[in-house]
Amino acid sequence: MAVFFLQRLTTLFITLLVASLLVFLVMEVLPGDPAAVILGVNAREDTLAALRAEMGLDRSAWERYFLWLGGLLTGDLGRSYTYGVTVWELVAERIGLSLPLALMAIVLSTVMAIPLGVLAAARRNKASDVGVMGFTQLGIAIPNFWFAILLILLFAVHWQILPAGGFAGWDAGFWPALKTLLLPAVALALPQAAILARVTRSSVLETLGEDYVRTARAKGLTRRAALWRHAVRNALIPVVTIMGLQFSFLLAGTIIIENVFYLPGLGRLIFQAIAQRDLIVVKDLVILLAASVVVVNFLVDLLYAVLDPRLRGGGHAL
Amino acid sequence: MKKLVASPLASAALAAGLALGLVAPALVTPALAAKDSLTLAMPLEPPHLDPTAGAAAAIDEVVYANIFEGLTRIDSSGAVKPALAESWTVSGDGLTYTFKLQSGVTFHDGSGFDSADVKFSFDRAMAEDSVNAQKGLFDSIAAVEVPDAGTVVVTLKQPAGNLLFNLGWGDAVIVAPETAAENKNNPVGTGPFVFGRWVKGDRVEMVRNENYWGEPAKLAKATIKIIPDPAAATAAMLAGDIDAYANFPAPEAMAQFEADPRFKVVIGSTEGETILAINNTRGPLSDIRVRRALAHAVDRQAVIDGAMFGYGTPIGTHFAPHHPAYVDLTGSYPYDPEKAKALLAEAGHGDGLTLSLKLPPPSYARRGGEIIAAQLAQVGVEAKISQVEWPGWLEQVFKGTDYDLTIVSHTEPMDIGIYGRDTYYFNYQDADFKALMTKLNTTVDETARYGLLGDAQKKLSADSVNVFLFQLAKHGVWNKDVVGLWENSPVQANDLTAVYWN
Repeated sequence: MAVFFLQRLTTLFITLLVASLLVFLVMEVLPGDPAAVILGVNAREDTLAALRAEMGLDRSAWERYFLWLGGLLTGDLGRSYTYGVTVWELVAERIGLSLPLALMAIVLSTVMAIPLGVLAAARRNKASDVGVMGFTQLGIAIPNFWFAILLILLFAVHWQILPAGGFAGWDAGFWPALKTLLLPAVALALPQAAILARVTRSSVLETLGEDYVRTARAKGLTRRAALWRHAVRNALIPVVTIMGLQFSFLLAGTIIIENVFYLPGLGRLIFQAIAQRDLIVVKDLVILLAASVVVVNFLVDLLYAVLDPRLRGGGHAL
Repeated sequence: MKKLVASPLASAALAAGLALGLVAPALVTPALAAKDSLTLAMPLEPPHLDPTAGAAAAIDEVVYANIFEGLTRIDSSGAVKPALAESWTVSGDGLTYTFKLQSGVTFHDGSGFDSADVKFSFDRAMAEDSVNAQKGLFDSIAAVEVPDAGTVVVTLKQPAGNLLFNLGWGDAVIVAPETAAENKNNPVGTGPFVFGRWVKGDRVEMVRNENYWGEPAKLAKATIKIIPDPAAATAAMLAGDIDAYANFPAPEAMAQFEADPRFKVVIGSTEGETILAINNTRGPLSDIRVRRALAHAVDRQAVIDGAMFGYGTPIGTHFAPHHPAYVDLTGSYPYDPEKAKALLAEAGHGDGLTLSLKLPPPSYARRGGEIIAAQLAQVGVEAKISQVEWPGWLEQVFKGTDYDLTIVSHTEPMDIGIYGRDTYYFNYQDADFKALMTKLNTTVDETARYGLLGDAQKKLSADSVNVFLFQLAKHGVWNKDVVGLWENSPVQANDLTAVYWN
């Protein structure tokens, strides 16, 4: 296990280093001067120079890269050019929305997808299978922003029982905050659930044909017991892999849904930062998200071992 | 909004933010008392809240007149009114302005306001390391002196006819030395509203300033929500989550609001002259016949109808039609494709011309650009469209002048002076026009100024510097019971000082 951790740590470090260099270079070639964006068309050259100096943009590119890298290593993410507060503060505010939202969506989608996928596999080619598959096909085909608009029209405009968007903030209380996240979570969960259900179905179908399932039936287990105890459990590995990917996506890839519900999440923060050339925020966020993807993948790897006994017992199996 | 509070549960939710719509219909009964909070939405979030350190209109749209005040202020009609300066006198030569300050004014942190704060604010804006986006506003000022706590004397290098108007800009508000550095995130001004909190990406909250020196605000609380997406904004309006959207980003949605009795739709004017800007020194465009041909080739009304759903006033020069000095020159270059073709042929481009057309993100540019490209194609001009983001536009078009044509709305009030600058992205260099501007800047008499402004407008039209398209409209939509919001926007602001509920 120690070797495994070390390997992982090295991979993580190299991944992040490459990512940092890439994002820095991309930000360098991106046209647009942050000072000009902030000060607009009437700004004079001396004012622009004053602001550039204030933001440290008058240093050379390499100097800025290593200063930034040094900051990252010591936990100093720097200050946003536009907002003027530390990037940590910005991220902390947005995480308070993006993380719970991603968790809600992933829980909702799992709760919907796994029973449906297992059901479809167990009743292969019967009416319920065809029904579930048709439904998931639709779930994948419907763009989530359109589904989100339908939800808003129904729950916010027509019935007026849920807000059309915005985020109340956790200091407004648990339920009010949760209420503002409900529709976005559903809109995000549906397409994810559709994908997850299909993966679950095909994976369960595969394990149902495995020798150990036949053995389980032969030793006298009912179909149902063999299905849940042996087939489903072993089928979960690809499902967990997909869930890991989905969670990473949900953390920052929800920009469209954030736009529809005007939620101040991480996705919109990156988008705004790019549009306003708040380069320091873009760079920091990309690195943080890259780190979160690596960490989630690592956790998924650990889960494999929990789920599949064959993968346990010894670093080599991992 | 009809929903109002009855139960304690609803009151609690209300305190947390009424217009968030957290109050379920079951919990509410019809209004019991006049509502005194307002939720207003706007499309762009301010990057920070210090109007003296950034060009973003969104900053002024939150803080102008609400949190911060200047010596003068611009009212809803665009006129200059006294604010922190109770009155002023101008010396005979127009070089000395003596301002008498309001007494009994305090900043929101309790500290007193006097002439030292005014001197500090102006000196800060004019300083070498100043990051004021409109530093040019203070160019004419030679010195700021404070003979006593209630008097400020501003001496000028040369007469400046628009000084009082300039001092009413958001960039010229008065800040306190102790708090100026923190204004970006915790603005402390003298206005009728006190900054409450800013949930970044979502909303800015303000409460009434109970110690305000002038007439207090009628609203006890105001919340400004950020909703960039037009579809989301429409849903939020329909759901009653927001009470007003002062400048709705999607003109196509106005018909839907007009049909709904809950709302009032107000189409007002802005200071945004929307133009097809021409790089005047680039290749064939340096030929006035080509520029005139472009003007004849564009059907303004078709652009207004197609891109802005009919909202917008045609203009024939770079000047706002609602201004008293406006001269209607829309007839100078009537839509006439044949004439355009003839002019192009005369200039030697009878077999066609290819020009780049760079379009920034706003819908007037992107949609308008498609229509204009089609109209230009009719006369044999191929416009190669490329879409650019704002930072790219600023760098390529505005700074680098690497473009042939672009579409942009110039939203600063009274900005005809940009045509007289030594470097500006149109590359229009005309000694006569510059002389006109110099004369205008040193003229104080209003009638004489209007005459000069008229000459300037005619000059721009005659030289066909740009193709002048239309004055951007302000698409306001708000609850029918809300009174006192600005119909027009002579400056970029959401002045809430006089807003109340019926």
